[in-house]
Amino acid sequence: MPVDSFKWLPASIAGYYQNLAVQREEPVPWTPLAKPLNRCRFALVTTAGIYVQGREPPFDTEREEREPMWGDPSYRIIPRDTPQGKIGASHLHINNRDLLADVNVVLPLDRFRELEEAGEIGSLAPTHYSFMGFQFNTTEWRERYAPEVAERLRQEEVDAVFLTPT
Amino acid sequence: MSTVLVSMMPYWAEKIGVPRTVAVEFPFGHILGHAGDAQEQAAVIGDALRVLAEAREPGTVAHLPYTWPDFERWKREWQPGKPSPIIRMLREQAEARRREEASAN
Repeated sequence: MPVDSFKWLPASIAGYYQNLAVQREEPVPWTPLAKPLNRCRFALVTTAGIYVQGREPPFDTEREEREPMWGDPSYRIIPRDTPQGKIGASHLHINNRDLLADVNVVLPLDRFRELEEAGEIGSLAPTHYSFMGFQFNTTEWRERYAPEVAERLRQEEVDAVFLTPT
Repeated sequence: MSTVLVSMMPYWAEKIGVPRTVAVEFPFGHILGHAGDAQEQAAVIGDALRVLAEAREPGTVAHLPYTWPDFERWKREWQPGKPSPIIRMLREQAEARRREEASAN
């Protein structure tokens, strides 16, 4: 049974989304997996708007409050050993209660450390990333921040990226 | 680098053209499952890694069978406690339109 993409959305927002014009990537990007999973280094990327308290500031929700059509396009770095208690949340469009109790619901650090320990993946990269998913205009993502993160991933010799938009 | 995306909105993956997607009918903010449910999270992750390893066609979308109980509660529960700025703005605009129409009549 196919997943209903609009199940959780109010009808008005679902209707808005379904009428949006979207440009399709052609051809669809494709990098074959170059190694077996148990030799791959993985990085995790989410759009849950999380950050590490004391390391970097939250996403700019004050500006979003002043400019409701704007969302902070920057990203935050989440080291692999970040304890749950240091995770901060700054996404204004979701209930952050559960990710503040268990970050694995959006960025599965513990689950991937377990996979690494079990030898099911090669390794979990030192560094992971959070964006904040409320974006009307993704130009800065496309032209600045995604290339920056891609370069950081390359420097850490990441083979595969596990993406969890929220 | 190869990627796999876990999404509750495969509609967008199909529209935009994403290399590999696993779709799961979980509410926003809970893409990998319930807080504290490591087994559920591991199941979704395991399925996603299988698609990463086995997919051969760009644009592959695999729909996972997991269900999320108590829809009536969770269709509100995933939402923020305070409406977001854009929602507040849209509601204010709708209210202003209603007032304008009422006074025109």
